[in-house]
Amino acid sequence: MDDIRRDFPLITQGKVVYLDNAATTQKPRAVIDALVEYYENYNANVHRGVYEISEKATDAYEAARKKIADFIGAKETASIIFTRNATEAVNLAAYAWGDANVNEGDEILLTEMEHHSNIVPWQLLAQRKKAVIRFVPYAPETGKPKWEDLPSLSSSKTRLIAFTHVSNSLGTINPVPELIAQIRRLAPGAKILIDGAQGVPHLPVNVAAWDCDFLVFSAHKMLGPTGIGVFYAKKDVLEGMGPFLGGGDMIKEVRLDGAKWNDLPWKFEAGTPNIADAIAFGAALDYLNAIGLKAIHEHEVALTTHALQRLRAIEGVTCYGTKTAPERCGVVSFNLKGMHPHDTGTLLAREGVAVRVGHHCNMPLMRRLGIMGTTRASFYLYNTIEEIDALAAAIPKIQKVFM
Amino acid sequence: MGAFEEDLYRDVILDHFKNPRNKGVVNSPDIELTGANPFCGDEIQITAKLAGEKIQDLRINPNGCAISQASASMMAEALEGQSINEIKSRIQLFRNKMLSNGTDSWPEAMEDMESLEGVKKYPVRVKCAVLAWNTLSEGLAEYAIKGAGNKVALRHVEGE
Repeated sequence: MDDIRRDFPLITQGKVVYLDNAATTQKPRAVIDALVEYYENYNANVHRGVYEISEKATDAYEAARKKIADFIGAKETASIIFTRNATEAVNLAAYAWGDANVNEGDEILLTEMEHHSNIVPWQLLAQRKKAVIRFVPYAPETGKPKWEDLPSLSSSKTRLIAFTHVSNSLGTINPVPELIAQIRRLAPGAKILIDGAQGVPHLPVNVAAWDCDFLVFSAHKMLGPTGIGVFYAKKDVLEGMGPFLGGGDMIKEVRLDGAKWNDLPWKFEAGTPNIADAIAFGAALDYLNAIGLKAIHEHEVALTTHALQRLRAIEGVTCYGTKTAPERCGVVSFNLKGMHPHDTGTLLAREGVAVRVGHHCNMPLMRRLGIMGTTRASFYLYNTIEEIDALAAAIPKIQKVFM
Repeated sequence: MGAFEEDLYRDVILDHFKNPRNKGVVNSPDIELTGANPFCGDEIQITAKLAGEKIQDLRINPNGCAISQASASMMAEALEGQSINEIKSRIQLFRNKMLSNGTDSWPEAMEDMESLEGVKKYPVRVKCAVLAWNTLSEGLAEYAIKGAGNKVALRHVEGE
């Protein structure tokens, strides 16, 4: 693991025990170098230039798309649309697919465990179309959504089911392939969107085997740069969708009385894209592939097991979510008795430990848990057992402040 | 205790947090306010009974971090029984101190609040300290518009 840590400049500096990877991850030298390399050596626009550096930029940009397709098991690069982030990708689905396919009285099914970005775009769609949103409740006793309620919540009116692969605040892993198979039986007319923001960075994903219609995720949670994300959709679904944003590059021909759309995937990429960050995202995927998601997940399970063990042994600590580590993905969310998570986070920062505190953009989930927020420690490939121990050792110290 | 606890979580703050003064709800209040800070989920309920131009009874029901609860408790303790004009000038003083490094000294009734000055070193937490004060300030402004005898009920959301 020391070798891996040396690849990350900010980790090497050793200023902070960084346990906020569910918010964003650190970047390896290879990703930073890819950004610099593009800007220094072949900075040019894509799909337009007839000169060498533009061709090089286009090749690198499209090569990154191919790496993404391979990483998530997509059959075609035409299915990979670059967006700013997972949130924009959900919005793309809600506008470009939702506006044309969801009508008054139709139903959208979500879970109470969703991130706000997989709730609010659907609420906006439901308002526009007078559609109905239903929620699979979250069960605090198991740390999972009550998937057994799926048959009673889905119906012939269900147009879309959107849920997360992995919970951002609890780490709970949803059994996506089994759920998709069940949904196909229960609501054959419904499209399925998977929020992969916390799953794709940690667990192998295969959209072709899963048979989901949409998958969204962000580069910055998996060693890549900020400002670049992915909207995956089945090609036939994309072909049936109108554009999201209009402008340059997404058209084949514009006349004063109308326009023809470009081919996939460019139909959904209006304007100059985020070229440098897409290319650097490709470098992040190379880095992850070299280590392997299986090894990364095993490492995270070991860290999570250790963290749950250490934290549960401390008096006054309440941990949320599933009972065991393999059911969750590199996240431990907890509270200290008599302390607000913001006080916990400020005091942990003073001890050199960086965690996220608050509702984690999961206000409905926090309400269900009856709390205002949690302190969340989240791990990635470069974290160590010693860093978990540093967190655990800091807790009794900060509890003393409030005694 | 390390330097940090001395500058942020000082004993006075922790004492107000653990034993909030004027905690509760006033019966048939003239002012009934909720202050919320969506960033941390803090919520504070403030109710007050007025007698002419004086705040006769001021109660708080804080639900949040130590800084926001302690600040609310200090506020309730210091402002109860004061005239509305005096309260407005104390709110102004508090905001000056917290938000723009005001150099006025604290009057005796507001001594405890000196302990909150350490919060200024943690900019994201200043919002916690001013929540109760901004909520009451908005409530009093509404009271001035509506005129005495008309009940004020409002929700203040920090940052809006």
